[in-house]
Amino acid sequence: MVNLSTNLSGLILTNPVIAASGTFGFGKEFSSLFDINILGSFCTKGMTYSPRLGNPQPRIAECKAGMLNSIGLTNNGAKHIAEHEFLAIKNYFNKPVIANVCGFSAEEYIKNAIIADESPAVGLIELNVSCPNVKQGGISFGTQTTVLFKLVNAVKKAIKKPLYVKLSPNVTDIKPLAKASEEAGADGLSLINTLLGARIDINTRKFILANKYGGYSGKGIFPVAVRMVNEVYNSVKIPIIGMGGISTAADVLEMMIAGATAVQVGTANLIDPFACKKIIEKLPILCKKLGIKTLSEIVGSAR
Amino acid sequence: MKKTLLTIKSTLKLTDDVFKTILEGDVGTLKAGQFIDIKIEGFTLRRPISICDFDKNSITIVYKTIGEGTLALSNLPNGQRLDVLTGLGNGFDSTKIPANTKISLVGGGLGVPPLYCLAKHLKGQNINFDVILGFNSDKEIILLNDFNALGINTVVTTADGSYGMKGFVTAVDNKDKYVFACGPMPMLKAVYKVSNGGQFSFEARMACGFGVCQGCTIQTTQGFLRVCADGPVFTKEQIIW
Repeated sequence: MVNLSTNLSGLILTNPVIAASGTFGFGKEFSSLFDINILGSFCTKGMTYSPRLGNPQPRIAECKAGMLNSIGLTNNGAKHIAEHEFLAIKNYFNKPVIANVCGFSAEEYIKNAIIADESPAVGLIELNVSCPNVKQGGISFGTQTTVLFKLVNAVKKAIKKPLYVKLSPNVTDIKPLAKASEEAGADGLSLINTLLGARIDINTRKFILANKYGGYSGKGIFPVAVRMVNEVYNSVKIPIIGMGGISTAADVLEMMIAGATAVQVGTANLIDPFACKKIIEKLPILCKKLGIKTLSEIVGSAR
Repeated sequence: MKKTLLTIKSTLKLTDDVFKTILEGDVGTLKAGQFIDIKIEGFTLRRPISICDFDKNSITIVYKTIGEGTLALSNLPNGQRLDVLTGLGNGFDSTKIPANTKISLVGGGLGVPPLYCLAKHLKGQNINFDVILGFNSDKEIILLNDFNALGINTVVTTADGSYGMKGFVTAVDNKDKYVFACGPMPMLKAVYKVSNGGQFSFEARMACGFGVCQGCTIQTTQGFLRVCADGPVFTKEQIIW
């Protein structure tokens, strides 16, 4: 038997595979296809205080090795989510979920984080300071160390559950932002969010996304994510949830060897709704083949 | 929703860039107005395509090769197996038709295929209706023979007047009728304005096709709804125009 369990600041996962925010809804659609209790956990769609329809359409563009999205945090608002979506989770998932929390001001982040903190469904809070698709808020908090420090510090003081900060790759150097989060009291980090990209129709010369630019995700960003997770692993002591283009069990191991304590699978869920299930079923087989008895021992073992 | 492997039985060219492909296999439970989402080798995202016809073991799709993905699909050989999500979306609901109301099926261009499926379904329930199909020109007419074969009174309009009535589908009087419409947005809006209630099938760019990415979410009278999972068919009361 391979031990696949992992520990995120006291939240014990039976395996390191977490479905990523924005690619798994609140889990309900997937629960009609397979028993999602096999997941380590899943991360819920980013929530803002007020409901948001999001950006104009089209907000999806295909790429050779992934896709662009400019959804813009479409959600029903934190209160509605806590009273409806979070409450319903227990009907099909019996482990704590990770709540992705967004905001347009420090006050809003705190308000939303408290709502998530008070929800029994939530075991960990992921602070989204890296959404590339909203003009104010979000990423403006995730690109300046002093602003990020203040925000993380304030949110951490307001909640009891572990706080993970989801960082953007769209910066010159991610390490100072990781360190600022750690110093401000973050229990862990999530990285990477999407890379900013664009697609243009050569016939019409129009941008495919109504918003012109959007977040690039999928297989193509995997090497970038591995590098950034490793850079951050070497500069902080808190655990990292690694993500970016993971689509196979081998990708999970590679990301963990780079320094991730757990991983998130995102775009792969949109292409194959059984992606997480296949990865989780393959993990012990691959570990056995590689002589790995305790998966958590490989974290950060890259030489 | 069901994930299944379907085999290409045949692909037939209907016009310069419109193809009809029959897929065979365990198709699951289907309804007129639903769609399927096909994984095509070499492309990241699945291709959502409306169901034109189905039976217990097959699905017929009619699609335009507007991009590289649909072009690749049209070139795949018979016997090729495809990874398909079937039974997506809500579909048309004939139980919502009010009593003593005349019914029209209004389709424009590539909005016509799902209405063929609906026509067959309504006919099976002995519900009477008219069909109005709009195309740009006679060269783009699809499925007219299939509607005629069902014995349905079908009116065709062409924008350039090369076949049937000259003009758009709105050249036909749909006032006070309950409509089932599928076609380009401007057509849907025009039909919506004159109709006395009805169901309108939308199109949107999607990533997942089953309700989780929020790529296709629209504002409705019932809040945010996803074209892929809560639609693609919306009632006149739900739509904000």
